[in-house]
Amino acid sequence: MAKTYYNPDDLRKFGEITEWSEELGNKFFDYYGKVFEEGALSAREKSLIALAVSHVVKCPYCIDAYTKDGLQRGITKEEMMEAVHAGAAIESGATLVHGVQMMNKYDKLSM
Amino acid sequence: MALLKSLSARKNDLSKPENQLAFLSNGIFKEGELPFFKDKIAKTGNYPLKPKKLEILQLNLGYMCNQVCSHCHVDAGPDRKEIMTKETMQQCLEVIKTTKAHTLDLTGGAPEMNPNFRWFVEEASKAGIKDFIVRSNLTIILANKKYHDLPEFFKKYNVHVVSSLPFYKKEKTDKQRGNGVFDKSIKALQMLNAVGYAQPETELKLDLVYNPAGAFLPTNQQALEQDFKTALKEDFDIDFDNLFAITNLPISRFLEFLIASENYEDYMYALVEAYNPAAVESVMCTNTISVSWDGWLYDCDFNQMLELKVDSKVQHISDYNEDLLNNREIRISQHCYGCTAGAGSSCQGSVA
Repeated sequence: MAKTYYNPDDLRKFGEITEWSEELGNKFFDYYGKVFEEGALSAREKSLIALAVSHVVKCPYCIDAYTKDGLQRGITKEEMMEAVHAGAAIESGATLVHGVQMMNKYDKLSM
Repeated sequence: MALLKSLSARKNDLSKPENQLAFLSNGIFKEGELPFFKDKIAKTGNYPLKPKKLEILQLNLGYMCNQVCSHCHVDAGPDRKEIMTKETMQQCLEVIKTTKAHTLDLTGGAPEMNPNFRWFVEEASKAGIKDFIVRSNLTIILANKKYHDLPEFFKKYNVHVVSSLPFYKKEKTDKQRGNGVFDKSIKALQMLNAVGYAQPETELKLDLVYNPAGAFLPTNQQALEQDFKTALKEDFDIDFDNLFAITNLPISRFLEFLIASENYEDYMYALVEAYNPAAVESVMCTNTISVSWDGWLYDCDFNQMLELKVDSKVQHISDYNEDLLNNREIRISQHCYGCTAGAGSSCQGSVA
C-alpha cells in the first residue's frame, strides 16, 4: 500500500470506480460528461467554475485536472487565479457570515 | 523556457534519433502499461497504415533557424548547418513539375535562411501548383535588413504564408520561443497585413499555427481560432485566415522537456487516452511526402527527424516515383499517437 493518501497516478484510474458498481459509475460519468458540454454556459466558463470549486473542496486531483483543462482551453493564469479567489471569497464569507450567529448568541446570553 | 542551443550542439543523447525511438519503445510501453501504436491501430482496423491520394509535397529546406524554440521537433537553430543545396533543389523542381500533389509546402528551420530560397520559390512557382505554402516563423522578417521585404516577395509569388504563433499573449509566446519573439511576430503580422495578406480585397492567405506551450493537448481548433481572432484584432488590429491547432509530438526538444519536467508519462497517457480512430483515417502521412534537406524521402516531417526513411524501393528525390511510393507501408512508432489524439493533428491542423 502507498504510504500517502493521495497518489497523482490515481487520477488516471478514476474510471475504474465503475468496476465495483457499474450502473452507478456509468450514470455518474454520463452525468459528469453532460454537465461540462457547451450549454447556457460555455465549456470554458464551466472549466473556471470547476477550478474554483476544486480549490474550495480541496481536491488535489481536481486541481490538477482543471489546471490542465484551463491551459488546454487557453485560459490565462490571471483568469485562473481570479476564479480561485472567487471560490476563496465565498468560502471565507461562509465562515464570516456565521459571525452573525455568534453575535446573536452573544447578545442573547448577555444581560 | 527558450533554449540557447540545439540538442545537437549540446551533444545531448536525444539528438540521436535511435535514442529517441528506443526511449519511446521502452518504459510504459515495454512494460505493457500502454499499448504500442501498432497494436492500437490494429485494434481499430488501421494496420498497416497505407498512403491514400498524394496531396502535399513538403520540402524541408534546412534545419538552420534564427530561433531556438523549446518545443522544436526539428531541433533547429542558428547552430544547425544542414541546408538544402541548389542541386537537390533542382531535383525537387523536376518532381514539382510532374507531381499530382496540389500543395507544395516549404518548411525548415527557417526556410528563408537558405541562400537559394528566393530563386527556388521563383522557379517552383512556375509549375503552377495550386497551393504554395511557406512556413515562416515571422521573426525572420525582422531578423535582418535583407529579410525586411519578405512580405512583398511572398505577395509577388502568391505564397500562402503559414506562421507559428503559440499564443496571443506575450508571456507564453516568449517563454516557448525566446524573449522578444512575440513583439517581433506581431510586427511581422502587421507587415503581412499591410501588403494585403488576410485582407478581403486580396486572395493572399495567412494562416497561424498554434501549439500548446507545455505538456497538454490543444483544445478545439475553432474555439481557439475565435479567441486568437478576437484578441489579435482588439489588441493589435491583426487579421488572419485560419488557425491550425497542432499537438506537440513527443520527440526531440519537446521530448527532452517532457522527461526533464517529469511530464512524459502523463503526456503519453493523455495521448493514448485521446486516441481517435477517425483521426487515423486522415492522418497527414497518408497524403504527404516529406523531403529532407539532403533529398531523402519520409512519410512526414516527424519521421524525417527520427530518420525513419520511407519503406520503399524509392527513398531519394533523385529516384522519385509517385506510383511506387504510393504502394509503401507507412512507418510508425509511439510518437504517432500525437497525430491521432482528439481531433487529430497535422501540419494543416485538426483532421477529424
